[in-house]
Amino acid sequence: MSEEFKVEIVNPEKSFLVKDDVSEVVVPAFEGEMGILKDHISIISFLKPGIIKILSKSGDENYYVEDGIVEFKNNNLSILTSTIFNLADMDKSKQQDLLKEAEEEANKTDINDQSKYLADQKVEVLKTLN
Amino acid sequence: MASLDDLKKRIASVKSTQKITKAMKMVAAAKLRRAQESAEKGRPYSEKMNNVILNLSNGISDKENAPKLLSGTGQEKTHLCVVMTSDRGLCGGFNSNIIKKAKSYFLKILDEGKELKIITVGSKGNDQLKRVYGDKIIENISFKESKNANYFDADKVGKMVIEKFEAGEFDVCTIFYNQFKNVITQIPQAQQIIPLNNEGEESSSEESYEFEPDEDEILSNLLPKNISTQIFKAMLENSASEQGSRMSAMDNATRNAGEMVDKLTIEYNRSRQAAITKELIEIISGAESL
Repeated sequence: MSEEFKVEIVNPEKSFLVKDDVSEVVVPAFEGEMGILKDHISIISFLKPGIIKILSKSGDENYYVEDGIVEFKNNNLSILTSTIFNLADMDKSKQQDLLKEAEEEANKTDINDQSKYLADQKVEVLKTLN
Repeated sequence: MASLDDLKKRIASVKSTQKITKAMKMVAAAKLRRAQESAEKGRPYSEKMNNVILNLSNGISDKENAPKLLSGTGQEKTHLCVVMTSDRGLCGGFNSNIIKKAKSYFLKILDEGKELKIITVGSKGNDQLKRVYGDKIIENISFKESKNANYFDADKVGKMVIEKFEAGEFDVCTIFYNQFKNVITQIPQAQQIIPLNNEGEESSSEESYEFEPDEDEILSNLLPKNISTQIFKAMLENSASEQGSRMSAMDNATRNAGEMVDKLTIEYNRSRQAAITKELIEIISGAESL
C-alpha cells in the first residue's frame, strides 16, 4: 500500500495546487506546526502565518501562507487560504515588501490581541526567510 | 416625408451607432469569457468553505453560545441589505433586475415595521436607489479602479459588514446580486449571510472531525472569512452576469439598428424614385404642352 495522499490548495480566485503523490505535509496550524501523514484522523484546523511544506516523490515544495483553514478527510487534504506564495517564486524584494507591510501592521496600536499576535507571527516568519 | 438629405444623414448615424454596439458586444463577449472562467475557478473555494462550516456547525455542541454570526442576535429588528450592481450602464436589465428584487424586499421589511439600512456596491445601484431610499443608504462602495473582481475588494466589503455587525448596527444581513445562469438568463438573488442560514442542508459526511483548537474558536475565525467569501462569490457571479447581460443587450441593439437601416434605406429609395418620377412627369407634361 502506498503511503501517499492527495493535497489540494485553493485560494478564492482559483484552485492553486493539486497533487496526489504527497507523502507528508507540514502545516503551520494555529496551535503549532502539524505534520500530516496518510490516514491521519479527520481534522479541521486553521493556520497562522507560516510555511507549508509539501513532501512528495516529485520533490519538496515550500509555500508561504498568511492564513487559512485545513481540512483532512479520507486522505484528502484541503487547504483554503487567501494569501499564498510559492517560496521558489518569491524573490527578495517581494519578501521585503511583505515584511514591511507586516511590520507596519504589528506596530499598530489599535488592534486586538489576536491580530497583533498574527501580525507578529508574520514578521517572525518573514524574517527567518531572509 | 423627410427630404433625401435628412434620410441619408439618419442612415449614416444609425450605421455608426450600430458599429459602436457591435464593438461593445464583442468586448463584452471577450470579457465574459474571462469573467466566467474566474467565476468557475472561484467556486471550489466557496464550496469547500461552505462544507467546512456545515461540518463545524453540525459538530457544535452548545447552540446557545454559538457565535452570533452563525445564530444571529436573537432579534430581527434592523436589516442590512448589500445591493451589488455594476459601475457601468448599457447592460440591459442587469441593474434594474437587482434593484427590482431589492426594492420588493425593502417594501416587505418596511411594511413589517423593521428598520432598513442599505449598502450599495457599484455606482449604478446607488444612482437608482438614492432617489427613493436616499436616507437609508449608509455606505456606497465602488470598485471602478479594479478591472476584475478580486478577493481584496470583497474582503474590504466583508470587513465593513462585520464591523457594523459587531457594533450592533443591524441584526440580519442580505446580499443582492445576479446569479449567472447563461448569457441570456441571469437570476437576481437575495442571499442571507448573517445569520448564516443553512438549515435543511445536510452535512455530506457522518464522520466526526477532530478540531484543533475547539469548534467555537475555529468557527469564530471562519465565519468572518466566510462572509468575505460569499461576497466575493457574489461579485464574481455579478461580473459574469454583467458581461453576459451587456452582450445580449448589445446584440439586440445591433440587430435593431440593422433593421432600422433596412427600413430607412427602403424609404430613401422610395422617395428617390418618387422624386425621379415626379421630374419625369414634369418634363413629359412640359413637352406635351408645347
